[in-house]
Amino acid sequence: MEKKETPGGYLDMELLRFTTAGSVDDGKSTLIGRLLYDSKSIFEDQLEDIEAVSRRGGNEEVNLALLTDGLRSEREQGITIDVAYRYFATPRRKFIIADTPGHVQYTRNMVTGASTADLAIILVDARNGVLEQTLRHSYIASLLGIPHVVVCVNKMDLVNFSGEVFEAIRARYLEVAARLGLQHVTFLPLSAKLGDNVVSPSTRMPWYTGPTLMEILENTPIDHKINARETRFPVQHVIRPISDKFHDFRGYAGRLAGGTLKKGDPVTIFPSGLHSTVTAVTRYDRELDEAITPESITVQLADDIDVGRGDLIVARGEQPRVEREITLMVCWFNERPARPGNRYIVMQATRETAGILKTIHHVVNINTLEPETGKEALSANDIARVTIKTAKPLVFDPYARNRVTGSLVLVDPDTFETVGGGMITDGE
Amino acid sequence: MYTLTHLNELESESIYVLREVAAQFERPVILFSGGKDSIVITHLAHKAFYPLRLPFPLLHIDTGHNFRETIDYRDALVKKLGATLIVGSVQESIDNGRVKEETGYNASRNKLQTITLLDTIEKYKFDAAIGGARRDEEKARAKERFFSHRDEFGQWDPKNQRPELWNIFNGKKNTGEHFRVFPISNWTEMDVWQYIYKERVEMPSLYFTHERDVFCRDGQWLAAEPCMKRKPGEIVERKQVRCRTIGDISCTGLTLSRATSLEEIIDEIAATRVTERGGRADDKRSETAMEDRKISGYF
Repeated sequence: MEKKETPGGYLDMELLRFTTAGSVDDGKSTLIGRLLYDSKSIFEDQLEDIEAVSRRGGNEEVNLALLTDGLRSEREQGITIDVAYRYFATPRRKFIIADTPGHVQYTRNMVTGASTADLAIILVDARNGVLEQTLRHSYIASLLGIPHVVVCVNKMDLVNFSGEVFEAIRARYLEVAARLGLQHVTFLPLSAKLGDNVVSPSTRMPWYTGPTLMEILENTPIDHKINARETRFPVQHVIRPISDKFHDFRGYAGRLAGGTLKKGDPVTIFPSGLHSTVTAVTRYDRELDEAITPESITVQLADDIDVGRGDLIVARGEQPRVEREITLMVCWFNERPARPGNRYIVMQATRETAGILKTIHHVVNINTLEPETGKEALSANDIARVTIKTAKPLVFDPYARNRVTGSLVLVDPDTFETVGGGMITDGE
Repeated sequence: MYTLTHLNELESESIYVLREVAAQFERPVILFSGGKDSIVITHLAHKAFYPLRLPFPLLHIDTGHNFRETIDYRDALVKKLGATLIVGSVQESIDNGRVKEETGYNASRNKLQTITLLDTIEKYKFDAAIGGARRDEEKARAKERFFSHRDEFGQWDPKNQRPELWNIFNGKKNTGEHFRVFPISNWTEMDVWQYIYKERVEMPSLYFTHERDVFCRDGQWLAAEPCMKRKPGEIVERKQVRCRTIGDISCTGLTLSRATSLEEIIDEIAATRVTERGGRADDKRSETAMEDRKISGYF
């Protein structure tokens, strides 16, 4: 591909989304502040602002953590309570950080931040090693299907930059990774406060010869680009202009959620099961040779058949599941408890239907990861295995196969709040 | 086989969000300020529904203190796209006694816009107002959702935002409530300019360096227009300037610059060490100025 340099950077950088979870004192905000600071993504006025606030708060050094703690209530309490999104870029990549709080009572925020991430940074305090919260953050990364995990052993300066300490933590975490089935795990020792191995290699840990965190972030393969899999195109909207020039135009607008799509591809539409052939794939006024995930495109079909929002167009032969009883892992977001028999609106891909919570199989104790049975209701921040029944069938893939067609949210029909996020494990 | 660049991916995400708006709402509207972000939003919406004509009207909240170039650009764009333009007038809100004009040298109609905006949304029964806000602009915006729920008073509750997972956007609401939608949430200032460059989007002349009568206040250059009351000692000078953001005259800081092309603007942004909102007088009022305005229903 042509590498075209433009003033101020490249037009063809890649985009990597990653998430961080951390609790008070484990140095997460400092790490992010360090990434932004050392990659020169902090502007003078932002720095002046945090310097002034640090001084008022009685801090002697500039508190890099203030860069990421935005809302007033958070500044006052000194904690991060929501998901904050941060941006920086290097000549190779643009990065989006979903920065989340790490305590149990913010599990829902961690799940939200993890839902779109390609990579998760797990912070371990070198003095404390693998803790309950490490397990929790790792479990969420595994549950949300984040393809890459980077374990940052932070505060190495407080353990004399000891290689033995690092190795012991690594060995212990590998047991956790095996238990959770995490595939791609990388380890590195760092000091966010001093900057060792964040952007610049540390001179104080000669025993570590691996990449810095920034090098890892710049070189980790991005999942949807290496993992084409089955073609999935959820129809969002039908475009039918009423004009002489485009008299017979009927375009299906959507964002490709898996695989590729091109002119001539035989396709099947679900749930109807009707067949057709792609006659054009366009982006604006330009016909594409081939569209790839996750492009937003408009698709035209050879046959005049009934296709609308909520339908799923797939490559013929690559059949999705079509079911009304679905089992999923759900994270509960709301203070109103979820009980079997409760009704919800189910939003999945571009489909929407009424649903009822049938069974709570178990709630996961996210500190021990043990399933706890016998729970009659789900409360906020619970992660549970449940079965729902829907009024209209869902067209889906298991979440492990496709994060778009395998995910759903539950909406409270009284308040319209988003009350649960689900990852489909199977149909009944 | 090719891979998506960051600009393709950001564009795809934004187009996805705009199409969700068309699918989930009955009366969406684009908040058009004449600034680069709302221009990019309009460009994206035009692309998202092609060959359909732009399915959303443009709403301009006119403080009466606009640069003439902004109005010219707006009218030309509306004509080119065959779009519908709705203007909400702050002057009218003042005349009707809905708002009271600020006095003093730093008087701005920026804050008054909120009432005019909410009144206009109610008058036309808009249920989704699409804006060009980006999360990288300001710390309170870093936690904003793509679909941001507003109660019947138009207010934003930062502690009670709906979780937004994957690419599922919940636009359900009760009567009288509405949503603000921010399709370019994940773009940075640099992404916006690179996209404008790549797509050859036509821009208002204010963004390019030109000669203008200006005066300096608290280290910031402001336009010496009739609506700007000068303090004693504030002297009008003629300078080579350009806008880095465009808003109402009273809160648009001008940058001394030599950038006359998109390439030069991008170069300048790459080298610059101050955020673009560093030039916005309205953000400097307190440490959490933006959060306070957002809660009360500001853009």
